[in-house]
Amino acid sequence: MASLKELKDRIGSVKSTQKITKAKQMVAAAKLRRAQAAAEAARPYAERLSGVMASLASKVSGDSAPLLLRGTGSDKRHLLVVVNTDKGLCGGLNANIVKAAKAKARELIADGKDVTFYLIGKKGRAPIKRDYADKIEKHFDTSDVRQPGFEEADAIAEDLLERFEKGEFDVAHLVYPIFQSALAQDPTVDQLIPVPSPEGEGTGGDAVVEYEPGEEEILEDLLPRYVKTQLFGALLEREASEQGASMTAMDNATRNAGDLINKLTIQYNRSRQAAITTELVEIIAGAEAL
Amino acid sequence: MALHFELVTPAKLVRSEDVHMVVVPGAEGEFGVLEGHAPFMSTIRDGAVQVYKTEGAAPETIEVRGGFAEVGEEGLTVLAEHVEG
Repeated sequence: MASLKELKDRIGSVKSTQKITKAKQMVAAAKLRRAQAAAEAARPYAERLSGVMASLASKVSGDSAPLLLRGTGSDKRHLLVVVNTDKGLCGGLNANIVKAAKAKARELIADGKDVTFYLIGKKGRAPIKRDYADKIEKHFDTSDVRQPGFEEADAIAEDLLERFEKGEFDVAHLVYPIFQSALAQDPTVDQLIPVPSPEGEGTGGDAVVEYEPGEEEILEDLLPRYVKTQLFGALLEREASEQGASMTAMDNATRNAGDLINKLTIQYNRSRQAAITTELVEIIAGAEAL
Repeated sequence: MALHFELVTPAKLVRSEDVHMVVVPGAEGEFGVLEGHAPFMSTIRDGAVQVYKTEGAAPETIEVRGGFAEVGEEGLTVLAEHVEG
């Protein structure tokens, strides 16, 4: 049986933990709203871009298509671009992303492909390093900016495209969480490079569209932008997922701390009463002996 | 007669309004778009998009960087990577 003082200290420490988780939960709730708004605001651009892509890609095909669309012709070397968060305290989010990435890696390796990792965000480093220490190509640090925006997506895309042009990999996959709700963030694996041919007919049946300079030139200009937009979208989804997961995790933590405090308080009161009773018995026994 | 004009960046929808005419800095020269323009697509160079709210009005200029413009049935859409101000 723990002493009274020990119990009291324990209650105090759980209380301050609860204060921290409560604060983090409220911060996450506030940030979640902003992150969700940002993710929504980015949607029109992505939609229009893929619409245009679809109509263009159907016109330019075969050997004249840019490298980014038709790929290098081989699919031996795969690059997994894994988007993790920079901060913890967000439940199982990062563990789930890493799990999805590792599953994809295992699947590719089982098929006899080479796999390398390109990590974005701090929290994926340690767990992936544990299994694939020699396969990590690069860490891209996003922790020094408050809210990763288009500049970061731009920098990542430039870097990836440069590596692709140098022939360092054939296929790139993007692993990132998709924000469904504060309770569910699904890790997803999407092919990033070569750009998958967009489905749908585009503007189809439209009047003849005039292109300036030409279809191919525009497509060439468009594809890197598309990659950038994908990455930007992934960063925004990550942001929203992180806050959502964090909010839920911290809500649970706060509730658990509350339960623990109740339990400890009962225990504390019981032992206090026991101590008082013992004291009384001693006094009474002493008085009777006189 | 009005041209539906949309200016979109990755971060948000900057403009969505009906205007009289828009002059876009295309990669191969500026071009003006009025209502009923034929379907057209062009990359744009860094420069100013001039928006004429009404005929003869002083144009409002918006600096854009990187992107392309698309004219379709529903109007003009400019997708730009950056918009100043």
